Amino acid sequence: MHAPAPHHGRDQFWLGIRMFTPVAISIAAYGLVWGVLAGQAGLSVAEVALMSGLVFAGSSQFVVLDMWMPGSLPIASIVIATAIVNLRILLMSATLRPLLAPLPRWRALGATFFVTDESWAMTMTEIRKGGAGVAFFLGTGVLSWLAWMLSTLTGRVLGAFIDDPARYGLDFAFTATFLALLLGMWKGRGDLVPWIVAALAAIATSRLVDGNWYIIVGGLAGSLAGAVAEWLKERRHVA
Amino acid sequence: MSLDALLAILGMAAVTYAIRAGGVALASRLPETGFIATWMRHLPGAVLAALVAPAILAGGPAEAIAAATTALILVLSRNLFAAMAGGVLAVYLARLALGT
Repeated sequence: MHAPAPHHGRDQFWLGIRMFTPVAISIAAYGLVWGVLAGQAGLSVAEVALMSGLVFAGSSQFVVLDMWMPGSLPIASIVIATAIVNLRILLMSATLRPLLAPLPRWRALGATFFVTDESWAMTMTEIRKGGAGVAFFLGTGVLSWLAWMLSTLTGRVLGAFIDDPARYGLDFAFTATFLALLLGMWKGRGDLVPWIVAALAAIATSRLVDGNWYIIVGGLAGSLAGAVAEWLKERRHVA
Repeated sequence: MSLDALLAILGMAAVTYAIRAGGVALASRLPETGFIATWMRHLPGAVLAALVAPAILAGGPAEAIAAATTALILVLSRNLFAAMAGGVLAVYLARLALGT
């Protein structure tokens, strides 16, 4: 985990793949779960491959399974729900600007396809340590895509044999992964205010508003609270 | 594959990619220092905290025990996979023990 950061692109790509491997395994765990649920919702193997390959956004794929009724698909609702759940990725793409800015425009646009919670979180952690380049990000992204494709397809095919994923604790893989990623980001007491405000705002919003808005509300409230706290601290120093 | 399913999946893919690419387009209009930059720096942790907190709260005692186990393993080992696997194992064992 503490290897010196290589600057060569290909080395960075493989460093990304190596460091992301543990995360890819947890992605595969809930990819397997999603594949099983997708089969129960009536998605064919081809539909699973197309959705995992092109949409490549786990939480939105989980949400639309509830709305998936073969024969009378609510297409508009499915697309709107996807947009709402994935809106948080806008914030993540924006924070990757330092990595993508030096690239030619079409390559930067291509690289954004790989922005997911996990790749983004690990890349941001490495940027803070000073070690990540765009090749590192792409390494995590490509491995993440492969893990998601293979595991969702495997889950769909083997679905008939795993009738209750929750019995094996696999439904908790999602929460455990994000909790571990969050705690790995801790860099000091300055994180306390934004994290607590984000958690409280998200909990309150999830009670009051349907859908996945709590992620966006909590993320915005927490990060703004962190920025205000730092601004107040600086002002005290000046005065 | 039905035409409806194809349209739904392509619609999901288009809107998701537009969000991914849109973030980068928006970012080029944001400053690199000052309040906005500080806010952007706090986004990663805040979004993850917002993602995780309601999920933990929605669970029962088994999930609370598993979340604590995940956190403890991460703090002690700094190993993401150990923390994740420990959390899944903990939730499995806790549900067995608690009969939930």
